[in-house]
Amino acid sequence: MKPFTSAVTVALTIVGVSACTDNTASEGGPIAVVSTDTECKVARTEAKSGNLVFDVKNGGDKVTEFYLLGSDGLRIIGEIENIGADATRKLVVKAAPGKYFTSCKPGMVGDGIRASFTVTDSGTDMSAASDVAELLATATDQYRLYVRDQVATLVEKTTQFTDLYKANKDDEARALYAPARVHWERIEPVAESFGDLDPRLDLREADLEAGQEWTGWHRIEKDLWPPSAGYTAMTAAERATIADRLAADTADLSRRVEQLTFNPDQLGNGAKELLDEVATGKVTGEEEAWSHTDLWDVQANVDGARIAFENLRPALLKKDKTLAETLTTKFAELQTLLNQFKRGDGFVYYNELTAEQVSELSRTVDALGEPLATLTAAVVL
Amino acid sequence: MTTRYSRRGFLGVAGGVAAATALPLTGCAAASSANDAAVPFYGAHQAGIVTASQDRLHIAAFDVTTESVDELRDLLQRWTAAAARMTAGQDVGEFGAMDGPYLAPPEDTGEAFGLSPARLTITFGFGPSLFATDDGADRFGLAAKRPTHLHELPHFPADNLDPRRSGGDLCVQACADDPQVAVHAVRNLARLAFGVAAVRWSQLGFGRTSSTSTAQRTARNLFGFKDGTANIKAEERDAVDRFVWVNPANEPAWMSGGTYMVARRINMHIETWDRTSLKEQEIDIGRDKREGAPLSGGKEFTEADFSVTGRDDKPLIDRRAHVFLAHPANNGGARILRRGYNFTDGSNGLGRLDAGLFFIAFVADPLTQYIPMQTKLSRDDLLMEYLQHTGSALFAVPGGATDGGFIGLTLFD
Repeated sequence: MKPFTSAVTVALTIVGVSACTDNTASEGGPIAVVSTDTECKVARTEAKSGNLVFDVKNGGDKVTEFYLLGSDGLRIIGEIENIGADATRKLVVKAAPGKYFTSCKPGMVGDGIRASFTVTDSGTDMSAASDVAELLATATDQYRLYVRDQVATLVEKTTQFTDLYKANKDDEARALYAPARVHWERIEPVAESFGDLDPRLDLREADLEAGQEWTGWHRIEKDLWPPSAGYTAMTAAERATIADRLAADTADLSRRVEQLTFNPDQLGNGAKELLDEVATGKVTGEEEAWSHTDLWDVQANVDGARIAFENLRPALLKKDKTLAETLTTKFAELQTLLNQFKRGDGFVYYNELTAEQVSELSRTVDALGEPLATLTAAVVL
Repeated sequence: MTTRYSRRGFLGVAGGVAAATALPLTGCAAASSANDAAVPFYGAHQAGIVTASQDRLHIAAFDVTTESVDELRDLLQRWTAAAARMTAGQDVGEFGAMDGPYLAPPEDTGEAFGLSPARLTITFGFGPSLFATDDGADRFGLAAKRPTHLHELPHFPADNLDPRRSGGDLCVQACADDPQVAVHAVRNLARLAFGVAAVRWSQLGFGRTSSTSTAQRTARNLFGFKDGTANIKAEERDAVDRFVWVNPANEPAWMSGGTYMVARRINMHIETWDRTSLKEQEIDIGRDKREGAPLSGGKEFTEADFSVTGRDDKPLIDRRAHVFLAHPANNGGARILRRGYNFTDGSNGLGRLDAGLFFIAFVADPLTQYIPMQTKLSRDDLLMEYLQHTGSALFAVPGGATDGGFIGLTLFD
């Protein structure tokens, strides 16, 4: 249940060194930078175009930042933030020929300690990097609208569901349980970013600590699909309390989601996290322990990940066409497998799957999850 | 006939070396760095607690199958004698692996024959179920001597415990620098127990993730991060006395010189972890991956400074980072001594490794040192996205034995 927002904002043009899929470091090796409280010592003032690697050491006492700025001194080509005293961090950027500024910002205040930096032409084709910013802006806007649409439908179906449950129309409530949750599962990392709401809405029984009150979807799930022994059904009053709480918390979620905007890395990381959800919680049948409707959740998680990918796809085609094609293929393969488990408007129950089918699902999810994890770095570097 | 190098013959040399290098640290040989040396078995405290962490682990829990307290007492005597011999690099039994009657099965199973003692330590513990069954029955007349804090650990958020990997009446922790020596120890003790106690679960650990001596470098866990940098080290005598050995005023007399062992089998979702950006990995841990330095700055052993803030005045170390939540400053000053090990137990049937960290901690009081911290970690730790606890046990570890006595002697007096 990691908050979506814990993926700290990364500026469009930079990426942590781990995400660097191209190991060709700057010609002449990494460029050493020592940032003290008063100085910004950059080992070289010139480099060839392509991937540049800056090894930034904080030699001062204050927390510092390092920037590579465009010739206007405003546009951020790459940045590395929050470098603690005595720590060293790498900044990897892709830079075209031209004039730049390096800047250290000890104490993270002011305009920073700047110096000119020149990138000469190495012959590396840098054309792919152009126009991507606009495509990414479109991608994040599309995704924002998708999330709003999903949460609106979630509110609507949740209310229908809680009304049925309160009215003791258990068969109809059971039938709507998974189809309503689909809209939660599609945007799960966004929903989980609200650390107070998520436990109230989606905690499983095993997630509780001693003495903690259990509310939300899975509390009602257990009441609708009760264990055969040792369970006391909820009274009408208890049903009303838990149902109203679910509806109110979902409405609260909707109001908060309305305010959200997204960065490209949040789309990429969100897609990766959705596949993680499938890989760890759903493929094992732990999420829907009583209803066994895990495959609805799997489909919804995959839907959400695919939408984020498709929003990013135009930008990705410019940056890494091979990855775009790989992901398209792997999404299709996973969907083909999921289609085999469809029944009517929904799916077979998790406990009807054979061990071999679960294993195949797991392997197919991993086959998509691995390349999908490189999406963020591919679009933002 | 070719020259036979028995473990006994080897020991004539190695044992002397170990004796010469052993520090006057109570009941252990923390400074023994030679990987083939012997660690003294007898002492005020059991070995294998503050002993410099060996590279390999084989730990086993046993269910006592007899109803006879005499048989149980006899087993502990025989286990103690065998453990004393094996830790000294000797075969089990009077005749050992090769020298017994030709028509009889050898007393010692033989796979450690010719190997060094490999700093083997064997540490014994007693589980809550030895003192009372779930329905309160006093199985062996020991209920009145139950250690103060020896109760089953509570359910922690997100626990998914396998009963076949949890609990147990007795515990044997064997640590050595040679995996075959560790496995040999558990195997031979299990053999001695047939009819009295049966293995309930056992776990191999292939690499240490803790250092218990300042002379050891910090090892990495399967997340690829240095683990246990702030662990209690044997050299910190005051911390060991305060946080590891029980306070005699709080415990029955037989627990003098003893401690509690918390054992948790923690599965890691290493596949999804490996798909996570380096940035997020470091945020989750709160340290950098290369050096193990806290994200607030400095080197590995620089004290984490949770007050340092970065952009937007956010703390450099996230309030849900593992380091923040586990730090003594955020746990009422409580510290623990850890002896964790990396494990992989084949695959899980989903095309992934069944891997993780077998967490072992020794604490004077689990109620104040472990349970509150683990509750916070299980609820809030960013790492929980990649962790699942699948096994759990708590044992009371009595003090060491004197030559001629046996482990737990005073419990049965």
